[in-house]
Order: sequence, then C-alpha cells, then structure tokens
Amino acid sequence: MAVLDILTYPDPRLKQVSAPVTDFDEALRAFVADLEETMRAGPGGVGIAAPQVGEFRRIVIVDVSAKPKTPNHGRLVLVNPEILEWDGMVKGREGCLSVPDFTGNVIRAARIRLRAQDEHGEAREYEMEGYEARAVQHEIDHLDGLLFLDRLVSKRHDLFRRKVYAK
Amino acid sequence: MTKQAKWYMLTLVGKDRPGIVAHVTAALYEAGANLGETAMMRLGGNFTIMMMVQFPGSRRELEQAIATETDSLDLTVHIDPIEAHLHAHHEPDVRITVYGADRAGIVARVTGVLAEAGLDILDLESDVAGTAEAPIYVMQIEGRAREGIPALASALEIVRAEGVDAHLEPVETLVG
Ligand SMILES: [Zn+2]
Repeated sequence: MAVLDILTYPDPRLKQVSAPVTDFDEALRAFVADLEETMRAGPGGVGIAAPQVGEFRRIVIVDVSAKPKTPNHGRLVLVNPEILEWDGMVKGREGCLSVPDFTGNVIRAARIRLRAQDEHGEAREYEMEGYEARAVQHEIDHLDGLLFLDRLVSKRHDLFRRKVYAK
Repeated sequence: MTKQAKWYMLTLVGKDRPGIVAHVTAALYEAGANLGETAMMRLGGNFTIMMMVQFPGSRRELEQAIATETDSLDLTVHIDPIEAHLHAHHEPDVRITVYGADRAGIVARVTGVLAEAGLDILDLESDVAGTAEAPIYVMQIEGRAREGIPALASALEIVRAEGVDAHLEPVETLVG
C-alpha cells in the first residue's frame, strides 16, 4: 500500500476523459487499495477519483460515513459508474484535493440512482441522496475531465427547484 | 514580478459605467502590477471595487500609474499598504440569512448578538429590497462558529423574538 501523488490544477491531465475498466484483477484491487489510502491521507477527503492520481481509468472511491447524521452506504468503490437518474437540485460548497485553497458553490442533483461495478466486477445499483450523492457526482466529473471549477455558481445564485431526469 | 514588490489595497468608488474594470486593470498591468484577491460590487448604483495589488513602487507611484484612467472615469481612489496573506483561506462552517422590514440598527443588533455567541464573520452582504414605501432588508452572512452552531441558533432566537426573520444552516464543504 502506498499514498499516491495527487495531480493539482493546472495540470492538463485533469481534463482528460478516463477509459472504462475491463480487467478486474489483483492489480486493480491493489490500485484501489492505494487510491483509498491516498483519499484517507488527505484532511477531510470524502472521495477520490483515479485520474486525480494520474490513472485514467473509471474508478472512484467515496466514503462519507465519518460525517455525522449523513445517510450513506459506507465505503463505496465504484468502477465504471453510471448515473441513471437525477432528481432535485441542491447548492452546496465544494473543494477538491486537486484544487488547493479554493472552495465554491456548485449545484448538484439532490438524489441519484447509480449503477457501478465493485472491485471484483460485480454489478450493483445504489440510490443515494444529499452529501453522498454530491460526493459521487463530484468524483464522476473527474472521470469526464471536469472539475468543480467548471460548475461554479454565484453565492447569490437563485436556485429554482425542478426535476431533472437522465436522457 | 519580484518577491519584494509591496502589496496594497486599492479601493475605487464612482459612478458605474461600462468598462471600468477593464480600463483600470489594463493600466495596472501596463504599470507592472500584479493582482491578488479582488471584489467588485455595485452598491446602490455605485461602482465599488477592492483589489489586492502587488506593485514595485510607492503608494504615490501606484496612484500615478492609474491616474489617467481614474481621472477620466471620475473614480475616488484610496490606497493602503497591506500584508498579503494569500493561500490561507478560512472556510465558513455556517451560513445565516436575516430578513425583515428595514429598520435602523438591524445590522448592529444581529451582528452584535452573533459575535457574542462566537461568530467570526468571513463574508457579509446586505441588500435593501422591496419598494421605497415598504423596504425589506436582507442580509446573508457566512462565517465560522467558534463556539458551535447551537450557540448561534440560540442567539438567533433572541433576534427572532424581536420580529426579525432569521435562519441558519451549516455549511459542509465537500472535499473530493
Ligand atoms: Zn475533486
């Protein structure tokens, strides 16, 4: 196990789109263990995506269970994640391990339905809301080369609540 | 830009018109100045901006470097030497909204009660909405709850009892 180096903006690699994982082997699981250790080494990190450590594969880890009174699924390893449904919109403050010393407001879906594989290739579906759903959306953005900086809204932005569904 | 260049807080106030920011920042750039954190606001139709400016000269020289622009745009200029603590943001952990019929003393009352309950204000914006006959006051504060959020919630009960609407929500910054 090892703590990996985190790419920080303006490293252009953070804008790269990651490729799907096809081999669910020991090497993948060893990488997931390193990625998790890297996430837990940072202060307050609740999620991490493989491209943040320079591995352009569709793997994210999220664990918001340390936050009190937050509904969650515990430690989640999401390989090839895909959001199936979005519902509601919530504005919240985000920062990023790859963007030191800056936080800002971002609008995310309040609830999502998600399909992903685990580190053994097993397909799973999750329904999640709130902080955990926000973390997953932030990390999946990394897989598509997007940073929360690409989604900043004004702190005075009016939030109109309406439903959004997947295409 | 050399490391020794000093930092100033440059404040400009004037009548709002198109292109002020572009004109002034171009003059600063041409004079060899470097910008830090800045905030521009339009308050009651007035243009206001505060800029951290790193400049390798005196306060007087900085003032002269932008004089052509500030004179033609009729801007009031104020410059203070400052210490620049960049890359050291404090993150808010609470957001408070206060609103009500506009009345004298509301800001002092609310911020006074909150300060006593341990609030360090990081950001405050207030607005007068409604109509000239029936103005509404709206204030949004972000800060850090030094003595915890429940202490601030109790403090807000006091101003609520005085007829002001106020609510508070924790700010949970996600880092991922
Ligand atoms: Zn991130």
